[in-house]
Amino acid sequence: MSERQIQLEVLRYNPETDSEPRYQTYSVPCMNEWVVLDALNYVKEHLDPTLSYRWSCHMAVCGSCGMMINGEPKLACKAFIHEYTDQIRVDPMANFPIERDLVTSVEDFIAKLASVKPYLIPKEDKPISAGEFKQTPAELKKFKQYTLCINCMLCYAACPQYGLVPEFLGPAAISMAHRYNQDSRDGGRDQRQEVIATDTGVWECSFVGACSEVCPKHVDPAGALQQVKVASTIDWYKEHLMPWMKK
Amino acid sequence: MEIVKTDIAIIGAGGAGLRAAIALAEADPKLRIALISKVYPMRSHTCAAEGGAAGVIKSDDSMALHFGDTVGGGDWLSDQDAVEYFIQEAPKELTQLEHWGCPWSREPDGSVAVRPFGGMKIKRTWFAADKSGFHILHTLFQTSLKYPSIQRFDEYYATDLLVEDGRCQGLTALEIRSGQMKQFQAKAVIIAAGGGGKMFPFTTNGNIKTGDGMALAYRAGTPLKDMEFVQYHPTGLPNNGILLTEGCRGEGGVLFNKDGRRYLQDYGMGPETPIGQPVLKTMELGPRDRLSQAFWGEQKKGNTVSTPWGDCVLLDMRHLGEKKIDERLPLVRDLCISYLGKDPVKEPIPIRPVVHYMMGGIHTDTRAATRLPGLFAAGECACVSINGANRLGSNSLTELLVFGKRAALSAIEHIQSGLPDGKGAALAAQAQASEARISALMNKSNGTETIAGLRKEMMDTMETNVGIYRTGSELATACDKISELRQRYANIALHDKTHVYNTDLMQALELGSMLDCAEAVTVGARDRKESRGAHQRLDFTERDDVNLLKHTLTHYHPTDPPRVEYLDVVITQSQPGVRDYSGAKK
Amino acid sequence: MNKPYVRPLSKTSWFLTQTRYKRYMAREVTCLFIFAYTFLLVWGLKRLSEGPDAFNAFVQALGSPLGVLFNLVVLIAAVYHSTSWFNVTPQAMPIQRGEEFVPGKIIVGAHYALWAVASLIVLVLGV
Repeated sequence: MSERQIQLEVLRYNPETDSEPRYQTYSVPCMNEWVVLDALNYVKEHLDPTLSYRWSCHMAVCGSCGMMINGEPKLACKAFIHEYTDQIRVDPMANFPIERDLVTSVEDFIAKLASVKPYLIPKEDKPISAGEFKQTPAELKKFKQYTLCINCMLCYAACPQYGLVPEFLGPAAISMAHRYNQDSRDGGRDQRQEVIATDTGVWECSFVGACSEVCPKHVDPAGALQQVKVASTIDWYKEHLMPWMKK
Repeated sequence: MEIVKTDIAIIGAGGAGLRAAIALAEADPKLRIALISKVYPMRSHTCAAEGGAAGVIKSDDSMALHFGDTVGGGDWLSDQDAVEYFIQEAPKELTQLEHWGCPWSREPDGSVAVRPFGGMKIKRTWFAADKSGFHILHTLFQTSLKYPSIQRFDEYYATDLLVEDGRCQGLTALEIRSGQMKQFQAKAVIIAAGGGGKMFPFTTNGNIKTGDGMALAYRAGTPLKDMEFVQYHPTGLPNNGILLTEGCRGEGGVLFNKDGRRYLQDYGMGPETPIGQPVLKTMELGPRDRLSQAFWGEQKKGNTVSTPWGDCVLLDMRHLGEKKIDERLPLVRDLCISYLGKDPVKEPIPIRPVVHYMMGGIHTDTRAATRLPGLFAAGECACVSINGANRLGSNSLTELLVFGKRAALSAIEHIQSGLPDGKGAALAAQAQASEARISALMNKSNGTETIAGLRKEMMDTMETNVGIYRTGSELATACDKISELRQRYANIALHDKTHVYNTDLMQALELGSMLDCAEAVTVGARDRKESRGAHQRLDFTERDDVNLLKHTLTHYHPTDPPRVEYLDVVITQSQPGVRDYSGAKK
Repeated sequence: MNKPYVRPLSKTSWFLTQTRYKRYMAREVTCLFIFAYTFLLVWGLKRLSEGPDAFNAFVQALGSPLGVLFNLVVLIAAVYHSTSWFNVTPQAMPIQRGEEFVPGKIIVGAHYALWAVASLIVLVLGV
């Protein structure tokens, strides 16, 4: 376990005293096996108690500590010091307003997630006493990948489309709609289509693919969005070319 | 100060809080529900639970077996009426989650799959690969978005309960984003704010697990119960305490010491079972307290492996093969590779016991009601107690659901009992006092103690003196030290004077909660002169059912150590017996 | 007092900030070359309709160094454009057979194979 002196350059912003953010550099003795979050915690404990950031689980599952590390959207708890040089720059997540230091606004994402009806709208009613809905391992696998989203919002920080058009529903919200649409127990696709198959929904996506590249859980939101586009296109053709197919 | 008027306020939006909120919204859409949490719901620590949730569903299982495993696993400190209610409700709650979309792993025929867990006679644990808690939390959170009557207050830190006319009528909370205090006027309050494992330095618990909910109730005059029972999970990564689920062993992983011996057979859990053919309720499928204690024994004998992070034993999963590990334990593999640089498919993983769960908590009855009318509690912060002296793996996720819902139903009964209107002026005065306390804390500049310094001393004290095996003298030292730290806490300095996202202030408040809880742990442990479940005394090595088949209740005192009281355990059908985890009887 | 700070994002040069954005822009911009080549083909048809002399002049222009260079640049752009799309097809069109998904390599490979067959047919017909 070797120790290295890291220059940690952190974007600071105090809304009560600053008109705009500025960088502050901390010299941090880091163990080589540390993650960037450990370095931030060192700063908070030993150098500067006023530094603000969110974190909790330290095992890449709670999704709290998303930030830009050397310009790349990362979970600070999964950004290993040994993968960086002695100079590391930490910014708050791109494309989100900065509340303070590394803390960004989450509200916009939560509202968008809620808008896509991210819950099971059952195909059929079934009382609890009748037991579980049957679902084969293959049916489960069809959507399983999209259930792995931890809502860390790194995909939004990576998405230039979200940066340019803040109304865009964005990768994680649409992927979650797709997750339920693909679930064999669900019958709510029509309701979700009204929200996601729109100009500020999936059609705002130009398939940059950055969301999937940065996703720490390999959810592949870009894939989900393209699948939504394909399905929506098929809907359109069915509706306009084969009106008799309408339900 | 802004007043938010609501019917029922819930503190904590993890598994139990969300389950309670949904139960309230479903019971009566006109109820106003305030769901208050210091983090966004999906950040709650429920997300870190891996292995699964226990509930009787398969035809070879029975309620009697689940009862027996739970009560025996808890070393007969569980209240058996609570356990009876729990096991009856468990399958309904897990099926309910399935109906809400939880992606439970499945059998080929499409029914829900179950896996073996430690201390269980039959496979009973529902699982979603090794991310069960994560999926439960997100299913609940997403389902909660259906109900407009659930009004969320995300990133609000509850500072004090408001108690007037002998009943709980709300709380004050700090909006972390703005630094503003808000008064929540409610007819009932449910606390579901999780445990306090962060009082220990080496824990699977996230940064937010600081015992705030427990401390909140404790300070309001309702006792904490059985706080001395702290569960060590036997398999944590040695460098940072990351949890490797019991599912590793449930699927067939085995434990070796440095000589390659399956050492559990030397601690009453033998005889050795063949590798790749795990036998329920013995060897690696023994209960967590016994496995962690066996590690301690190996360490004393010098049989552990030395690593840069201290003494370890080895968890070997190689014989499971890549396919099974990827299907059943994908997170475990990812965590081992990412954080330790070792692939469980290719090599054994060094592990050691790590603080995981607090069996103790706010004293509640089977209705999830505390002794303070109008105040209810559920989840890790509560102690019903189904877990007794040692929680069985995969009972806690189910507990969140069963007692989260139960707390909601009890709260509704309470508010329907014809309560008089709250005295607005008296409540407002209390809220003002709370605000004054917080602002005094924030404006403290001349303190000489640092938050980080006191926190480190607390953690070191707990680690050194309140571990897997304890002695009277160490516990006395710990009591004195924690008491001293509580005094010194009055003299801390806060450097951050900004109102927006003042995490310095948050840490100060959290440290206060942890110190209060830590004192209940140390005093409870010092006074419990027996060995039971997770509480093992080297100076009192036997279980004492004559004098101590009782719950410890600790009552808060603002400056002095807590007052301790004992309460009989509820026994309905199972008298204390021998915990037998030797496979020989089979 | 809350005062969220919104960092400015340049509407015209944002894509220069990251390599992956440049890659994306390259994929998008190369479609212009394909458009240009389509235009060239339509132009050729127009020349053909104007008689043999006009068409011969058109063909001759194609053979000039500038014409060859243009074709080469378009070919490179078209190959980049096509392959970058081929490579992402498994994401847009996953195929599940039984429990498992067909590996992405096979879906991508099928696209390349089809491309090769189509090119071969065009070449054979051309000769």
